[in-house]
Amino acid sequence: MAVTVKTFASASEAAGALSSDRSARYLGGGTLVMRALNEGDVSISTVVRAQDQALARIDASGPRVTLGAGVTFARVLAERDLAFLHAPARSIGGPAVRNMGTVGGNLFAPNPYGDFTVALLALDTTVAVQGGFGSRDIGIEEFLQARDRQAGTLVLSVSCTRPASTEAFRYRKIARIKPKGGSVVTLAAHLPISGGRIAGARIALGSMAPTQIRARAAERALEGRSLDATTIAAAASAATEGTSPSDNALGSAWYRREIIGVHLRRLLSGQE
Amino acid sequence: MSKIPLQFRHNGREVAIFVDGGTNLLVALRELIGDMTPKFGCGQGGCGTCSVLIDGELHLSCLTLAETVAGRSIETLDGMKQGPNLHPLQRAFADNFAAQCGYCTPGMLMAAKALLDRNPSPSRDEVIEAISGNICRCTGYEPIINAILAAAGGRISA
Repeated sequence: MAVTVKTFASASEAAGALSSDRSARYLGGGTLVMRALNEGDVSISTVVRAQDQALARIDASGPRVTLGAGVTFARVLAERDLAFLHAPARSIGGPAVRNMGTVGGNLFAPNPYGDFTVALLALDTTVAVQGGFGSRDIGIEEFLQARDRQAGTLVLSVSCTRPASTEAFRYRKIARIKPKGGSVVTLAAHLPISGGRIAGARIALGSMAPTQIRARAAERALEGRSLDATTIAAAASAATEGTSPSDNALGSAWYRREIIGVHLRRLLSGQE
Repeated sequence: MSKIPLQFRHNGREVAIFVDGGTNLLVALRELIGDMTPKFGCGQGGCGTCSVLIDGELHLSCLTLAETVAGRSIETLDGMKQGPNLHPLQRAFADNFAAQCGYCTPGMLMAAKALLDRNPSPSRDEVIEAISGNICRCTGYEPIINAILAAAGGRISA
C-alpha cells in the first residue's frame, strides 16, 4: 500500500507533522519503519522525514556526551571519543544494519532488539523529544515506560555522562548466533566508584521485560559496597526481581530467568 | 496517490523513475530499473541478500525508502563485472565453490566489496564480521570466507 512521504528541512517541522497525524511514523534509518511497511502494516499511512543536520550531530568532546537521534551505529563506532559505547554499537546487526540503524530508532526497537538502549539506560541517559507541545528533556526510564505512546513525538537526541573509567561501564549481549544475532538477554552495568565503594549503581537489562528495564534489586545489592565476590553473588541472585521476560524463538522466559543471574555475575566479575 | 519522480546513479548510469510513496529501493531496482541482482529474502533486515552500496556504504535495499537515494550513487552486483570479465571477487567465489544455490551470493559479494574497498587486506575475523549480516543456508560460510580472502590475496586456511 502506498503511503505519503513528508520530508521536512527542520526537526521541529517534522515533529509538528508527526504530532498532528496518528498514522504518521518518523523514518530514521529505516530498519523499523520500512520493515513494518514491508510487512504490510496498514496503521502507517504517512512517513515523516527530516533532513536536519542537528539530528546527525555528535558532541563527544566533554564529560557530557550528546548524540543526535539520527546518528548511526557505524558513526558511533568511528568515533574514538565514544569508545565506551563501541561494544553496544558493535553488538547490533551486521555492517549494513549498523550503517542504517540510528541511536534514536533503537529507543523504539522491540525485543529481541534495542541493545544500544540497554546501555543508554544504565548510563541514566536523558532523551530530548519534541512534540506538538514543544521540546523537553525526559529521563530514559520514563521515556521507555511510555514508549508505546511516544510515536507522536520526535526524538532529537540522547545525552549521558561519560563513565569515569572503562571499568565503570560494562556491557554484555548474549546471542545464539555470533557475531550477529538477536538478544537472548542483554546487560549493561554502570558502577561509579567513590572511596572504594559503588555509588550510584545502575544495572539495565534487555529482553527481560516488554521494554528495557533496570534491575533495581541488583542495584540495591551493589550500592555502597565494594565489588567483591559476596556483593556480586548478592546482586546476581537478585537479578530476576522485577523482571517479566517472554518466550520467543531465541529463548523461553524460564531460560532467561535462569541465565540472567549467571551473566550478571560474569559481567560484574569481569569474566568473558 | 501521485507518483514521485526519482533520479539517482545506478552502477554509474543516471536513471530517472517514478515511484509510489513508501516504495523500497529493492522494489525500485528490480521492478522499475530491471536490475534483478539484489534479491528479496526476508524484508526485515535479517538476511542481507538485498545488500547494495549507497555512496560506497553497505545498505539493505529492502529497508531503504527509495526516495532517500535521490542524487546518490547505487552499486549492485549487476555493475560489478568488468566488461566480459568477472570481477576478482566473482572469480574467487567461482573458484572456491562459494556459491551453491546462489541466492545469497549477490548480497555476499556486495558485503565483500564494501569490505575490500576500504580494507584491501582483511583478516579472517574481519571477513567474518563483514559478512555477518548475510545469511547463507548452503555453504556453511567457509568457502565464502576463503573466497573473499583469496580475492584479497590473503592466505586461505582450511
